[in-house]
Amino acid sequence: MKDRRVVVVPCSGIGKSLGTVGRVATYKVIERMKPEKTRTVCLALLTMGNGDALRLVRENPCIAIDGCPAQCSKKNIEVSMGKLAHNIVVTDVLRNNRSLKPEGVIELNDQGDKLAEIIAGMVSEKVDEILRKEK
Amino acid sequence: MTLAKGKVGIISCSGEDLPEGTISRVATRLVLEKLRPDQTVTLCLPLFLAGGEDERAFARVFPTIAVDGCSKKCAEAGTKKYSGKPVATILISEVMKKYPHLKIKSREKLEPQEMELATKVAEEIAKKVDEILCKKAKK
Repeated sequence: MKDRRVVVVPCSGIGKSLGTVGRVATYKVIERMKPEKTRTVCLALLTMGNGDALRLVRENPCIAIDGCPAQCSKKNIEVSMGKLAHNIVVTDVLRNNRSLKPEGVIELNDQGDKLAEIIAGMVSEKVDEILRKEK
Repeated sequence: MTLAKGKVGIISCSGEDLPEGTISRVATRLVLEKLRPDQTVTLCLPLFLAGGEDERAFARVFPTIAVDGCSKKCAEAGTKKYSGKPVATILISEVMKKYPHLKIKSREKLEPQEMELATKVAEEIAKKVDEILCKKAKK
């Protein structure tokens, strides 16, 4: 397929700063690191069973980024019968980067942004790997 | 989730794909953190589906305000479908019509003009919170 992209889906994560970390990581990937190879979709739209959103996650590989172990993004992609190719939980990444103390939901502090950068790098590598395998 | 009575629940659309979604999210947080911290609570919208009975009871316990970025109104529809009908809905695209000079384009970090719009939306949400709690107190 010519316009095949990896769909990066962060959880909405409005209650915790780690939700914002996932969201910011997503924008780093889709707007700066891999704009030609990725896109996102509103998770709520998918949750509501919107036809276009369902088609998007069923026809393209997806990476879920979840802020907490509830893993709303991963679960909603699975329930939607989307092609979940990979998932990242921010708390797991934080465990390996204990010196970082992310804070803020409206705006992340510098450490939160650094964590988002680390996650964006992981997602970016995974995007290349997924698209390479699909060729 | 801890359920506390006498509060208003605010459910924002996740809106990852649109700048309006980020405005919705930031406005919601401004109400929770700055304008009405003691009168409001929130819940991640997709948690209605991924979560358990506690999460789904949210709109049955709290009167809720849905804050939606676009006319698809996922927050309103999702809250109604999985939990209970919201008392009110605030639509970002409608609020934007009142402030045509405020243009938005960022999804990640809001520019000053975008933050101004988010603040205007937050003020409308806060006003609605007051109305709901006032009506509740009169009952």
